[in-house]
Amino acid sequence: MDFEYTPEEESFRAEVRDFIEENLPAKDQRGPNFLATWLEKVRAKGWVGFSWPKEYGGSDGGLIEQTILREEMALAKAPPLGASFMGLAWVGPGIMQYGTDAQKKRFIPDILDSKVTWCTGYSEPNHGSDLASIQCKAERDGDYYVINGQKTWTTGAPWSQWIILLTRTQFDVAVKHDGITCLLVPMDAAGIEVRSIENMAGDRHFAEVFFTDVRVPVENRLGAEGEGWKVTVSALANERSSIGEVTQMFEKLDTLKALVNSSTKQGKPANQDPAVRRRIAVFETKIAAMKYNGLRYLTKQIKGEPLTSETSVNKLHRASLEIEMDDFAVELTGQSGLLLKGSETTVDGGSWAKSSLNWPNVVIGGGTPNIQRNIIAERILGQPKD
Amino acid sequence: MNFGFTEEQELLRDQVRRFMREACTMQKVRVLAKEQHGFDAELWKQVADLGWLGLITPEQYGGSGLKWIDLTVVLEETGRGLSPLPIASQILSTAAILKTGSASHKSDWLPAMADGSAICSLALYDDPNWIHPDAIQLEGIEADGQVVLNGAKPFVADAMCADYFLLACKVGDATHLAALHKDQVKITPQVPMDLTKPMGRVVLDNVTVDAEFVLPLARADLAFLTDCGAVAVTAEMVGAAEQTLAITSDYAKERRQFGKPIGQYQGVKHRLADIYVDVESFKSLLYYAAWTVDDAPDELPRAVSLAKGYASDAFARIGIDGVGLHGAIGFTAEYDIQLYLKRSKWARPMFGDSDYHLDRVATLGGL
Ligand SMILES: Cc1cc2nc3c(=O)[nH]c(=O)nc-3n(C[C@H](O)[C@H](O)[C@H](O)COP(=O)(O)OP(=O)(O)OC[C@H]3O[C@@H](n4cnc5c(N)ncnc54)[C@H](O)[C@@H]3O)c2cc1C
Repeated sequence: MDFEYTPEEESFRAEVRDFIEENLPAKDQRGPNFLATWLEKVRAKGWVGFSWPKEYGGSDGGLIEQTILREEMALAKAPPLGASFMGLAWVGPGIMQYGTDAQKKRFIPDILDSKVTWCTGYSEPNHGSDLASIQCKAERDGDYYVINGQKTWTTGAPWSQWIILLTRTQFDVAVKHDGITCLLVPMDAAGIEVRSIENMAGDRHFAEVFFTDVRVPVENRLGAEGEGWKVTVSALANERSSIGEVTQMFEKLDTLKALVNSSTKQGKPANQDPAVRRRIAVFETKIAAMKYNGLRYLTKQIKGEPLTSETSVNKLHRASLEIEMDDFAVELTGQSGLLLKGSETTVDGGSWAKSSLNWPNVVIGGGTPNIQRNIIAERILGQPKD
Repeated sequence: MNFGFTEEQELLRDQVRRFMREACTMQKVRVLAKEQHGFDAELWKQVADLGWLGLITPEQYGGSGLKWIDLTVVLEETGRGLSPLPIASQILSTAAILKTGSASHKSDWLPAMADGSAICSLALYDDPNWIHPDAIQLEGIEADGQVVLNGAKPFVADAMCADYFLLACKVGDATHLAALHKDQVKITPQVPMDLTKPMGRVVLDNVTVDAEFVLPLARADLAFLTDCGAVAVTAEMVGAAEQTLAITSDYAKERRQFGKPIGQYQGVKHRLADIYVDVESFKSLLYYAAWTVDDAPDELPRAVSLAKGYASDAFARIGIDGVGLHGAIGFTAEYDIQLYLKRSKWARPMFGDSDYHLDRVATLGGL
């Protein structure tokens, strides 16, 4: 056991820091072209798709370097390293694993160059947690698939150019996971209609997507027909180390501590209140647990041992922290904590109030806590499926 | 960066598991706990021969000069099987002598402790739930190069089998450790709910000791030894909690009600999943804390408080739910799960409960 980094790793960290120092101006000093320039520069560095194979335009970066890169970027509160979060997180890895050569040539460079934004069409109105039951239909017609059906909660649909879509090509199947086919579909195809949905925080990030006789050439199929479940599940299983997230959570905890240190409760300093101190400490134990769990799982990966479903452990911590930290800040600051917009009495510009309305992004978006508990109980502890 | 165990450490783990499986079985543990104050000379000799007692003792004093992270492997596995042997006491005494003893104390005492021929127990605090120098209440009066001790140490681990004691006391304003032989004191067994963690009351009635056997215990050393104690206890908690989960998870697969295994009901399986999350988490925190003892001692206080602050409450709840998820059979003396509940109660206050540790996390974290 050791927490030392090799000189090469340390010099990589220094390189990342120097880069940030040079290319990441303070928020109020960023011009209109800042983001485009940033994306170009990180791309030139080879840090977009850092762990992807060189032959596809990645850098073949190692797990530890990748961790360092994420950690430093999170510490600096840097913008993302690419325009398409989903493209980098699972569409790209899915295409590299299951795509044809033509698909790789066509799609991968645009993801890396931030030219194209992808969205994900998995969930349907009647099929969320039970994803394998999806009904959106794709019928073969010569060299085309014809799609009819609906997706929903599709994050980024209003501004994305492409969607990775789960469809059903066969309905009379013994096992619901069979008969699912994954298609790559341009969002400007005829017959697609997008209706954005306002969420409780007032934002319009996700949308309903309707498909009416949408024709997609067969060459846009990812993986074999009927193998869509395998394709997407393994792409999702392309689990990313949570280290960047943990860094962000430590940063958030620091902000929360600063709030506690400058707040009063019942007229007395909040930081002397035993209940307040205990809650902050519990947050810290959970975040630290995420960190060291993450390092333990990373070590397993480096040794080439497969991860089973251990990442669900950190997802559960993350879910409860995501809800409780903001909620705590809002409660701590009483009536001021309720204010969303800046005034003399608003706390931290209303950011706590706002983010206390945003936990479903994390808690529901990536599989709900109950589903994570099922995964742990069934896949790790071997309990019977329900 | 490598947050995993070495091959040697994995071999050590296998060795301890084999010992627990073959020699220190649950049946044996029950007998020792009930009838022999947790001790057995035969088993102790095996443990000593396997070298675990001298794991952190430097080679020049007959040990193997390893680290707390190695020790953690042993304590995790002996904790898993609720071993009542005084291994943790021996190790903490070793750590105390290494910190506070003179060169001659070390060469006189450590070899006999490493080879198991002398059993030693360390007792720090006398107040039942206070981690503070003032919670040491035994007093000594110094005169003519001697110290006269009067009073009692109410909570001495493994007191009934120890040959020697290191007892924290106050002489004037300063804290010390008095090194005593068992014949110098009077020992009465306490009756704790967890008999696999024997505990005694040690009474000192005008005990006169040469000043050379009264070792100055600086505040920083007292704090360090307390933190080491918390690391040791938490290591045992990790093993015991994992075993609580294993026993309960197995039972949930077998026991059927309403025509299904109870593990199919989410009220059961989700609680098991949450237990898994907790055990994984305080285990990771513990490994980090154990690593800091030798490799980043400045980080130890925060690291150990994160681990024990998490584990104290989590394991206590796991102990209760372990019994609860079994139904009535969990309440029977015959079933092992109840022994784990008792162990979880024992572990909670040892070297600081969650209130103490979480408050320290808050303070060290800038509140
Ligand atoms: C912000 C946000 C962004 C999203 N983005 C996308 C996206 O880009 N693309 C996409 O395809 N989807 C997206 N989703 C959808 C998301 O994947 C689903 O919401 C999620 O899988 C849950 O499905 P559901 O909402 O239909 O809830 P349901 O599955 O209906 O669940 C409702 C409740 O029942 C519980 N439940 C369900 N099944 C079980 C069970 N077996 N045992 C116990 N409890 C159970 C759940 O935990 C939940 O509390 C997004 C969701 C959110 C909130």
